[in-house]
Amino acid sequence: MNQTVEPFLKQAATAAGQSKPHESAHLHVTGSAPYTDDILELTGTLHCALGLSPVAHGQLLGIDLDAVKAMPGVVAVITAADIPGRNDCGAITHDDPILADGELMYLGQPVFAVLSADREAARRAAATAAKVIRFKELPALLTPQEGHAAQDYVVPPMHMVRGDAATALAAAPHRMDLHVDLGGQEQFYLEGQISYAVPRENDGMLVYCSTQHPSEMQHHIAVALGLHSHHVQIECRRMGGGFGGKESQSGVFACIAAVAARKLKRPVKLRPDRDDDFMITGRRHCFYHDMALGYDDEGRVLGTEVSMVSRAGFSADLSAPVMGRALCHFDNAYWLPHVAMHGFCARTHTQSNTAFRGFGGPQGAFAIEYALDSIARQLGKDALDVRLANLYGVDTNNVTPYGQVVEDNVLQPLLGELIASSDYRARREAIAAFNAGSPVLKKGLALTPLKFGISFNVVHLNQAGALVHVYTDGSVLVNHGGTEMGQGLNTKVAQMVAHTLGLSLGRVRVTATDTHKVVNTSATAASTGTDLNGKAAQDAALTIRKRLTQFLADRHQVPAESIQFANDCVEVAGNALPFNVVVTEAYMARVQLWSDGFYTTPKLHWDRETMQGHPFYYFAYGAACSEVLVDTLTGEWKLLRADVLHDVGQSINPALDIGQVEGAFIQGMGWLTTEELYWHPKTGKLLTHAPSTYKIPTASDCPEDFRVKLFDNRNVEDTVYRSKAVGEPPLLLPFSVFFALRDAVSSVGGHKVNPPLRAPATSEALLDAIDAVKAAQAKA
Amino acid sequence: MSAPTPLPPLESPTRPVRFMHQGEVHTVQGLPPTTTVLQWLREHAHCTGTKEGCAEGDCGACTVVLGQPDASAPGGVALKSVNACIQFLPTLNGQALFTVEDVAATNGGQAHPCQQALVDCHGSQCGFCTPGFVMSLWHMYQHHEHPVSREDAADALSGNLCRCTGYRPILDAADQMYKAPRIALDLAPVADALQRLAAEDTGTFFYEARDAADPGRKVRFIAPRTLPELARWRAALPEARLLAGATDIGLWVTKQFRALGDILYLGRVEELKAINPWGPPEAPQGLEINAGASLEDAWRLLARHVPALREIWLRFASPPVRHAGTLGGNIANGSPIGDSAPVLLTMGAEIVLRHGDATRTMPLSEFYLDYMKNALQPGELVQALRVPLPAAGSALRAYKVSKRRDSDISAVCAGLWLRLEGDTIAEARVAFGGMAATARRALKTEAALVGQPWTEATMRTAQAALAQDFTPLSDMRASAAYRQRVAANLLERWWLETRPASPLRADVIQVWPATV
Repeated sequence: MNQTVEPFLKQAATAAGQSKPHESAHLHVTGSAPYTDDILELTGTLHCALGLSPVAHGQLLGIDLDAVKAMPGVVAVITAADIPGRNDCGAITHDDPILADGELMYLGQPVFAVLSADREAARRAAATAAKVIRFKELPALLTPQEGHAAQDYVVPPMHMVRGDAATALAAAPHRMDLHVDLGGQEQFYLEGQISYAVPRENDGMLVYCSTQHPSEMQHHIAVALGLHSHHVQIECRRMGGGFGGKESQSGVFACIAAVAARKLKRPVKLRPDRDDDFMITGRRHCFYHDMALGYDDEGRVLGTEVSMVSRAGFSADLSAPVMGRALCHFDNAYWLPHVAMHGFCARTHTQSNTAFRGFGGPQGAFAIEYALDSIARQLGKDALDVRLANLYGVDTNNVTPYGQVVEDNVLQPLLGELIASSDYRARREAIAAFNAGSPVLKKGLALTPLKFGISFNVVHLNQAGALVHVYTDGSVLVNHGGTEMGQGLNTKVAQMVAHTLGLSLGRVRVTATDTHKVVNTSATAASTGTDLNGKAAQDAALTIRKRLTQFLADRHQVPAESIQFANDCVEVAGNALPFNVVVTEAYMARVQLWSDGFYTTPKLHWDRETMQGHPFYYFAYGAACSEVLVDTLTGEWKLLRADVLHDVGQSINPALDIGQVEGAFIQGMGWLTTEELYWHPKTGKLLTHAPSTYKIPTASDCPEDFRVKLFDNRNVEDTVYRSKAVGEPPLLLPFSVFFALRDAVSSVGGHKVNPPLRAPATSEALLDAIDAVKAAQAKA
Repeated sequence: MSAPTPLPPLESPTRPVRFMHQGEVHTVQGLPPTTTVLQWLREHAHCTGTKEGCAEGDCGACTVVLGQPDASAPGGVALKSVNACIQFLPTLNGQALFTVEDVAATNGGQAHPCQQALVDCHGSQCGFCTPGFVMSLWHMYQHHEHPVSREDAADALSGNLCRCTGYRPILDAADQMYKAPRIALDLAPVADALQRLAAEDTGTFFYEARDAADPGRKVRFIAPRTLPELARWRAALPEARLLAGATDIGLWVTKQFRALGDILYLGRVEELKAINPWGPPEAPQGLEINAGASLEDAWRLLARHVPALREIWLRFASPPVRHAGTLGGNIANGSPIGDSAPVLLTMGAEIVLRHGDATRTMPLSEFYLDYMKNALQPGELVQALRVPLPAAGSALRAYKVSKRRDSDISAVCAGLWLRLEGDTIAEARVAFGGMAATARRALKTEAALVGQPWTEATMRTAQAALAQDFTPLSDMRASAAYRQRVAANLLERWWLETRPASPLRADVIQVWPATV
C-alpha cells in the first residue's frame, strides 16, 4: 500500500480516478484536431511519392531516372546514392535500407523517391516504378515454411527451457501433437504513415512525424544525413492510431523526407497512399506452431515442447523481441512444469514484420490456448475446466518458464467472478440444447483467461522523462516522452499532474512530443506509456509541489505536512490560498516553478542468452466469455454476446480504460476472424492492400450484448495510483471468440473431433473445419 | 419526352463549378475535372477536418454530406452522405457541400448533439475517423427525428471504419444524441442559394480544364440536364467516359491514375433517377428503374416489394457508396462480383439501352458477354432496368457471402427463384456472382430443377449440376473450392427455406436473416 497517494484519491474534486473525456475529444468531433497532414504547408513544400520494387527478390540493375524525371511536374528523383550518411533505418539490426541498393528484397520495397510540388504528380511518376526499375529476378522465399526449411533466419533461433520436457512428455499418460496456423494482422491505423521534413538553420532538420518513437526517428535521420542528433528535431502532437505500426516503421518515411528536404533545401512531405502504406510496411507476424503436449487425465499439461516460426519478412526489424515476447507468453495463465520452446524468425521476401499491439504475446499465448482447447475435447471435458486445472497457483506452481515468480496472481477470483456473472455453466447447457435442435445454425461458447507481462523485455528501455512548467497565472504545461495515438496517454498524464498539484484538469495542458524537450525517449509501446511517462510527470509535479510546500511552510511558519493541494487551492493553516496566488508569490520569491521528472521501472533484470530473469514489473489479468452463432452451410457467423472482466489495477480513468479494453477486444477479434492477409503465391505481391480487400471489423461486428467490467483490484507494485497498463493485454480477450467458434464447429461432430480450425477463422476457414469434422465423424 | 433541341456546340465556353460550402458560394475553375472533393477541401480550401483514410471509399474518414435542391425533401434540400475521396469536384456543381466544419455551425456554433454525444460517450480515441462518423451521425440525425434501432444505426455507420473504439461508444452516441433537445436544421438559406445557382445554370453544363494525367491536354466535363440530350451527347461522343456515381471510376483515378478523357456525367439528368411502376397501369408487374437511380433508392424500393432482398440491400456497400452509386452503373460496370446483376438476372430483368433517340430492350441475361464486356454499342447507354416483381409466395431468395457482413465484396452472391405449378417446378432462374467472368445464370442447374418436384433429391441433383455450370477462380476473397461449395450449400439453404413441406424460417438457418 502506498500511503502517500491514498488520501488524494478520496478527494472528490481530484482529477485522477475519474472518467474524463479524451483531452482532444472536443477537437476530434469538430475536425479541429490537427494531424501531421493538417499542418499548414510552408511555401515551397514538395510532395514525395515512392517508386516500389515490382519483384519479391532481385538484383537491382538500374533505374531509368530520365524517364521518371520527364514525367509532368517532377522536380527531382532521389535514390540510395543521394543518402549522405548510412542507408539504414533498422530498429536494432542494420539490415533495413532506406532505399534499395543493390538488392531488391520484397515486392513493395521503396527504390526511389519522386518529388513534385503536386502530390498527385509525384504519385503518378512514382507509379512508373515497374517500368523504370531494371532488375534480375532471384529466387524468393515467400512463406515462413520456406524460410524455415532453408534455415534462413533474420536473427538466430531462440530457446527457452525449464525442466525436462522430453522426459515429462514420455512419462505423461497422454500425448498430443498439434499444428496451429495463426495469421498476421495489418495495423490499419486510420491515419497513414506521414512525415513532413522542414530544413532549419545551421544543418537543422525539423520533422513532423506520425510516430510512436520520436527519438528513434531522430537517430535514424541523424545517421542517414551524417549529422548529430542535436541537429534533428522530431515533433508529434498526435497520431491517428499507431498500434505498433508507427514504432520502427515510421522510420523509412521520416528518413526519405529528411534526405530529400536536405538535398533540395525545401520542405518535403511524404504521405504514402493507403495501398503503398500496405505494400511498404510490415505488420503483426503470422506464426505457425508445432507442439507436442503430454498431459494427465485432468488435462494438466505435464510436458510441452513447442516450435514457433514467425514470418519475419526481409529484415530483422523487431522480429527478435516479438519472438521473445511470444516465448514469454506461451504460458499465458498456466503453470507449465516442463517446457522447451524454440523460436524461429524465418526470413521471407515480403514486408518486414514489426510491432503490433501485444507484440508477439498474443501469438505465443494463442498456442497454449489452442492446446488446452484440444486437450479438453480429447478428454471429453469442458475446455474451461481444463483451463482451470492448469492455472498458475498463488503460493506454488507460480514460476514462469523464464524464472519470474508470479506474485500478483488474481486469476482465481477474476475467473470465478466472470464464470458467475456470465452464467457460463447454465449457458453451456442451454447451448447444447439449442444445438441439438438446430439443423444449420450452431452455437459455441468459450471462456478464456489472460495474463500479460508489463514492461519492455529490454531493461534499459524502461525509463522516461517529463517536464512540468507552472506559469505565474497558475496554468500548467506538461511535456513528456510518450506519444498520443488515441489511447488517452495525455489525458491520464494531465490527470496525474492536476491531481498532484490539486488542480482541476482544465488548468493542465499537455503539449506535442518533441525531441528538443524530453530526450532519449523510449517508444510509446509495450503498454508502458502511462506507467513510465505518468510516473515521470508525477515526479516533476511532486518536485514543484515540494518546493511550493517548503516555500509556504517557511513563509507561514507551519509544518510542511499540514499543507494540502486541492480544489485549485493550497490549504495553509486553515486558509485556502488560490493556486495562482501561491505560484505568483513563489515566483516573486524566486522559487523554480518548473521541473523535470524521471522514472525508471524497478526490479527488472533479464538474461538474453538464457532467457531467464524478471522481465516484467507486474502482470495484468483478464478474461472473456463469448457466445457465437455459426452457419454450418456457409461458415458465416455472428458474435451474440461477450462478457469481459479485465484488470487495470486501480483505474486512473475508467472510461479510457474501458475504451482500451473494448477496442482491443474488437481489434483482436478482427485479427482472429475477418482480417486475412493474402500474398500472391507466385509473385509474393500482397493482394489484400486496402480496406476493399482487407476487412477490419465494422459497427455491426460489435456484439449487441457486450458486458465489459473492470476487475476490482489495485496493483501490488508501486505504479501510478496503483493502476495497471491497459494497451495490449485485452487484445488476448477475443481468444474467447475464436474458441467459441471452434466449439460451435466441434458441435457438428458431437464434440468428439478436434476441428482443425486455422486463424483467421474466416467463413472459408470455418467451413473447411466443419467439413473436416464431418468427414472425420463419418470415418469414425 | 422533351422535344429535341440542338446540342450546344462542343466548343461551348467552360463554366466554373459553383457550389455552396460554409454558407458561401464557391467558384472553382482551372482544376482538372478528376480533382476529388477531398483534394479540393484539403489542398485548395485548406479545410482539413475531412480526412483521407483510403482514397477508395472504403473507410469513411472523408464522409461529407451533399445537399441537392429537391422540392420534395424537407427544407427543399435533399441531404445524402458520400465519400469525398472519390467524388469528382465538378459533380458538386449546383449542390451544397456540408463538412465537419459546418456541423457546429448548424447549432449556433455550439457542439451539435451528435458531436457532444460522441464526446460524452467517449466515442473518439485517436480521432482520425471521428469527423467521418460525425457526418454519418449528422446525416442520420437529419433523416430520423427519433432514435433508430441499433441495427439501423450500425447500418448507417457501416461505411465508417474505426480502429480504436470497437464501436460500442459510437453506437451509444447514435442513441444518446437524441436525448438532447432537437436542433432543427434551417435549410431555407441553402435552398434559396441553390435555386439562384440553378437559375443561372441552365442547359448542359460545360467544364473544361487540364487533364490530371496529361497537363498539356484539355478535357471536358459535360453534364446535360435531359435524357434526350444525354443520349445525343453519348452518340456524339462515344469515346467520352460516361460517369454516374464514380464509386468505381473514382478509383481508376485515385489508384490507377487512368486518364478518363472527356467525361459525360449523367448525375444532373433528373428523369434518369426516377423509379416508376412498369407494366399496365392497372396491374403493374414490376419496376422500371432508370439508370441514374441511386443504389440506395433502388434497393430500398426493391426490398420494400420483396422483403427477401433486404439483406442484400443493407449489405450492398455502405450508405455513402449507395447514395453515390447507381443501379445502372453497377449493371453497366458489369463486374463479376457486383451484387446487382445476380439478383436482377434471377428476377428476369430486362435492360433498356438507348442510342440517340432510339431504344432497344434485351433480357439482362443477354447483356453480359465476357469479363467486363457487354452488349453496349459505341454511343449507347443504359437507360433503365425493368424488373418484374415475383408473384407473392414464389420462392425468390438472394444470398450474399463475404468475409465481413457489412461493406464487403461478395465471395459469392446468389439470386434464386422458382415457381411451382402444383408440386412441380415450372420455372426456375438461378444466377450467381463471383463464380465466373460475369455474373450469369446457372443454366444446367436450372434445367435440373425444372419439371421436378421441389424435394431434397431435386436440390441435390441441382447441386451436382451447379458444379458443371461454373469453374470459379481462387483469389484473396475466397478459394475456388470454397466458392463451389458455398454456392452448392446456398441451394440447400434455399431449399430449406422454401421447400413445400415444413420450410424453415430464415432466422432459424441464417446468421443474418433477410426477413424474420
